[in-house]
Amino acid sequence: MEENTLQDVVSASSISKSFGEQEVLKGISFSLRKNENLVVLGKSGSGKSVLIKCLVRLMTPDSGIIKVFGEEITKLRLEDLNTLRKRIGFLFQSAALYDSMSVRQNLEFPLRRVKKIKDRNIINEKVEEVLTNVNLIEAIDKMPSQLSGGMKKRIGLARTLIMDPEIILYDEPTTGLDPLTSIEICELINDVQEKYKSASIIITHDLNVVRITSTRLMIIREGKVYAEGNYQELINSRDEWVHSFLN
Amino acid sequence: MNIRSHVEEINSLLKIPVGNLTYLLMQGTVLIIFMYTMEVHSQSSRSAIGLLKKSKATVSKKIAAGKEKSGSFLQSLGNGGFFTFKLIKEVLKFRIPWAEFSRQCFLVGNKSLYLVMATGFIMGMVLTIQSRPIMVEFGAESWLPGMVGISLIREMGPVITALIFAGKVGSGIGAELGSMKVTEQIDAMEVSAADPFNFLVVSRVLACTLMVPLLVVFADVIGIAGSYLGANIKGDVNLILFVSRALEPVHFSDLFPALAKSFLFGAAIGTISCYKGYYAEAGTESVGRAANSAVVVSSLMIFIIDALAVQLTDLILSR
Repeated sequence: MEENTLQDVVSASSISKSFGEQEVLKGISFSLRKNENLVVLGKSGSGKSVLIKCLVRLMTPDSGIIKVFGEEITKLRLEDLNTLRKRIGFLFQSAALYDSMSVRQNLEFPLRRVKKIKDRNIINEKVEEVLTNVNLIEAIDKMPSQLSGGMKKRIGLARTLIMDPEIILYDEPTTGLDPLTSIEICELINDVQEKYKSASIIITHDLNVVRITSTRLMIIREGKVYAEGNYQELINSRDEWVHSFLN
Repeated sequence: MNIRSHVEEINSLLKIPVGNLTYLLMQGTVLIIFMYTMEVHSQSSRSAIGLLKKSKATVSKKIAAGKEKSGSFLQSLGNGGFFTFKLIKEVLKFRIPWAEFSRQCFLVGNKSLYLVMATGFIMGMVLTIQSRPIMVEFGAESWLPGMVGISLIREMGPVITALIFAGKVGSGIGAELGSMKVTEQIDAMEVSAADPFNFLVVSRVLACTLMVPLLVVFADVIGIAGSYLGANIKGDVNLILFVSRALEPVHFSDLFPALAKSFLFGAAIGTISCYKGYYAEAGTESVGRAANSAVVVSSLMIFIIDALAVQLTDLILSR
C-alpha cells in the first residue's frame, strides 16, 4: 500500500526547451507521485507554464524524457497521446471556457465529444455533480461572459473534473483573484485532491497556494530546479534567495 | 515585359483564346502571383523543395500543437497545403461532427442570407438600368433579360456572393478561431483529447462549402427580380415574359460550371479563414490580423479560382 501511494505518475528527466535564442528550461528533472500536490514556484518567465505544457505535449521539449503513467509522451502516436490525455486535467490560467457555449454546454462538451456519452440523464447527473463540487450549481445556465474571474476558474476546474482525471495540472489558479477568493480556490484544490484522489502540479507565485495546497515544493530559477522540499523545509532554508522568495 | 504580352504568350502556349478585358485582368492577377512566387523563390537561398521538406517535417508538430511560426511565403504556402491535406483526409474518412456542422450551416447561411439577397437585388437592378440604353441604341432591348440572366448566373452571382460571404463569414471565422487560439480555448480542447481540428475546422469548412452555392442560387433569383424592377423603371414588361426571356438562353453548361465553382469558392473561403484563425499568434492584435487576412486572401483566391474555372470551362466547351 505504501509502495503504491509513492508510485511516480509523472517523471521528467533533463527537460530542455528553447524559443529561438532564449533557453527557457535547462535540463529540468522531477517526478510527481500519486496523491501529492507538487507546487512549482518561480519568477515570471522562469518557464513554469512551459514545463506543464510539455507534460501534455502542447509543447514539445527540445531534449529530455517525459514519462506519464510510464509512457514516454514525446514518442506517442496521436491516438495514444489522446488516450493518455483523457487521464490528465488541465486548468488554464484564463480558465479557457468556450465562450460561445453556456456553462452547461462547456461541461457537456467533453462528455459528449470525448467520452461519447449520449444518455441525457447520465450527462445531467455528471454536470450537476461537478458543479456541486465546485459550489456553483446556480451558474449552470449562465454564459462565461456573465461570470466573475473566480467563478470562471471554478467552472474551468469543474470541466476538468468531469473527466475524472488522475492528474490535474493547474496553471496559476489564483492569478487575478482577490485574496479571499484565492484562498477559496486553494481550499477547493485540496477538497478535489481528497475527493478524486488525484495527483496535482500547481504552477504559481502566490504564497497562499504554496502554504495551503503543497505537499511538496519545487522552485525554478533561470530554467533549472533551484530548490526542492516541503513547505517547512524551504521556509526555513538558509539559502538567501529561497528565503527572500518565500518571505 | 508587360503583363499582356506574358498572358498572350501563356495563352498561345495553352492554345486558349484571350477572352475579354475582365478575363485578361484576372489572368494578369494569376501571373503577378506567379511572378511574385518566383521572385521569392529566387531571393531565397534555400530551394523550394528544401522549404517544402522543412515544412513537411514541422507541420505535423505544428498542427498538433496549433502553432505556426511566421516564415517565408513558400513555407506558409506549404503549411497551408498540409492543413488542406489534413482537412481532406478527415472528410474522406467521413469524420464529420454532424451537430456542429448543422449548427454552422445555420449560422453562416443565416448570417449572410439577407446581405446576399440585398446585394443580388441591387446587382440585377443596376446591371439592367446601366445596360438598357446601349441595348436600346442597338435595337436589342429584347435581349436585355437574357443578357442579365446569363451575366448573373455565370459570373456575377457566384463571384459577388462569394466576395460578400468572404467579408461577412470569412472574417467572422478568422476572428472567432483567432480569439479561441489566443484565449487558449483551442489548447483546452486539444488537451482534453477533443480534437479541435475536427470539431472547429471540418465543420466550418463543410458548412461554407455547402452554403455558398445555396446563397448563389438565392442571389441569382433575387438578382433577376431586381432586374425585372430595373426594366420596369423605364418600361413596362410582363413578369412571366421577362423571366422566360431571362432564363431562355441559360443552359446546363452555364449553370453547372457556376455552381461547381461556387462550391470551390465556399471551400476556399472556409479553409483559408479557418487556417488564418487556427494559427493566429499570441496577442489580441493577431486576432484582427487573422480576420483581415482571412478576407484578403479569400477574396484573392476567389478571383484566382474564377479565372481558372473560366479557362477550364472554355477549354471543355470549345472541344
